[in-house]
Amino acid sequence: MDPAQAAVPPMLIDYVPVLILLGLIVGFAVFNMLLSDVMGGKRRSIAKGSAYECGMEPQGSARIRLSIHYYLVAVLFILFDVESIFLIPWAATAKAFQAQQLGSIVFAEIALFALILGVGLAFVWRKGGLDWDR
Amino acid sequence: MNPLLRDILVWLVKAGVVYGGLLGVAAGMTLAERKVSAWMQYRHGPNRVGPWGLLQPIADGVKFIFKESLTPDGANRWLFRFAPAIAAVPAMMTVAVIPFGPAVPLPDSWGVPAAFTNLSVTDLDIGLMYLLAIGGLSIYGVILGGWASNSKFSLLGGLRASAQMISYELTLILTILAVVALSGSLSLRGVVEAQPDFWEWNVFHQPLAFVLFSIAAFAETNRHPFDFAECEPELVSGFHTEYSSMRFALFALGEYCAMVVMASLWTTLFLGGYKVPFWENAPWFVCVAAFCAKTSLFLFLYLWVRWTLPRFRFDQLMHLGWKVFLPLALVNLFLTGAAVSYGVDLW
Repeated sequence: MDPAQAAVPPMLIDYVPVLILLGLIVGFAVFNMLLSDVMGGKRRSIAKGSAYECGMEPQGSARIRLSIHYYLVAVLFILFDVESIFLIPWAATAKAFQAQQLGSIVFAEIALFALILGVGLAFVWRKGGLDWDR
Repeated sequence: MNPLLRDILVWLVKAGVVYGGLLGVAAGMTLAERKVSAWMQYRHGPNRVGPWGLLQPIADGVKFIFKESLTPDGANRWLFRFAPAIAAVPAMMTVAVIPFGPAVPLPDSWGVPAAFTNLSVTDLDIGLMYLLAIGGLSIYGVILGGWASNSKFSLLGGLRASAQMISYELTLILTILAVVALSGSLSLRGVVEAQPDFWEWNVFHQPLAFVLFSIAAFAETNRHPFDFAECEPELVSGFHTEYSSMRFALFALGEYCAMVVMASLWTTLFLGGYKVPFWENAPWFVCVAAFCAKTSLFLFLYLWVRWTLPRFRFDQLMHLGWKVFLPLALVNLFLTGAAVSYGVDLW
């Protein structure tokens, strides 16, 4: 197809197969879940509906407070995930910049950015934020 | 027939074949898991259904359908019922960008001129970003399923799984970025085309990234020796303790699909993807066979490691991820970036 005549921009056309696949997969998942809802047995009892705790009576609620470590890991993850998002465009274009003799300045900029985050990692490390068993 | 109709037909066929293949390989992995485990322990493994137990996955599927899909009384009904789909769908969606073969000629028929189609569901130019973005979504299914079950084992399993997956995702992204910097492309096909012959495979250019990626892949897919999400002696079966029937099967299927995709990604990034060593311009079916062989290698590694290494402790896992892998991956990316940016050929 001539890109100029295409109804959708040619780059977006690449996403149509993704939607087709999404349809297939969601269809498969929902169909299977419904199938087992319809075909499966339906005998309920109090013991069956209770939470599994190795045969004992369930003790208390499972809506408990969590260790602070999980939050800390999540926050650190967001920090470094955002860093990696900023690194993606640089990584994809580093070679092209080098070809235009711009490699060193672009690298210096991104290295400064990564260095600041590296200092952040060192700080968290020093403060014991990465010690799980503290 | 007009060209657009032909395009749509090709898309449908490719999506169907790839998804069918993914499910087939995932089902095969459930059998291989038990078979290889059995062989490594000097047993037979499943051998009753079909020759050598080959029909076991089908028997399992039928059995899953006829089992009761139980929702515990204390569970959050809707979250509990949808969590398996939320976990499985993104894991399966990631297969869309995996290139498993080169361009294949389409026949000149029905008045449409001959053309080529690339062997992959689609070739996004930001393929790796798509893969990371969509693949990361399956954490929601895991943590929602664990929380919605209202069971302590599920909750702890879900928490552990999510903490582990996000920690190792960083290592995974940074090692992938080193490969991207070297290839100058975010498209997976671009990465494959950047390693045309054997000595240009990224495993030789990025040995550190290769090792880090291989190990992080185990943690990312919750596989032994990092299977804390469902480590049997502690958490029964982790976040899917309360699940039964097809909902349990979807969680398992999602995990196996994630393993298959991770193995394909490993092949694509480091082992030249569908390239055949020492045979340039190999016919497309040889390329597809080479891709499958390389991917099977990593899939076998999953099983091999499972019966070789003891399980880690959770704090060791987090230490390894944050204090060893993350700094190493950063340093590796820094050195690779410097080499690329200053035009130094490391090889």
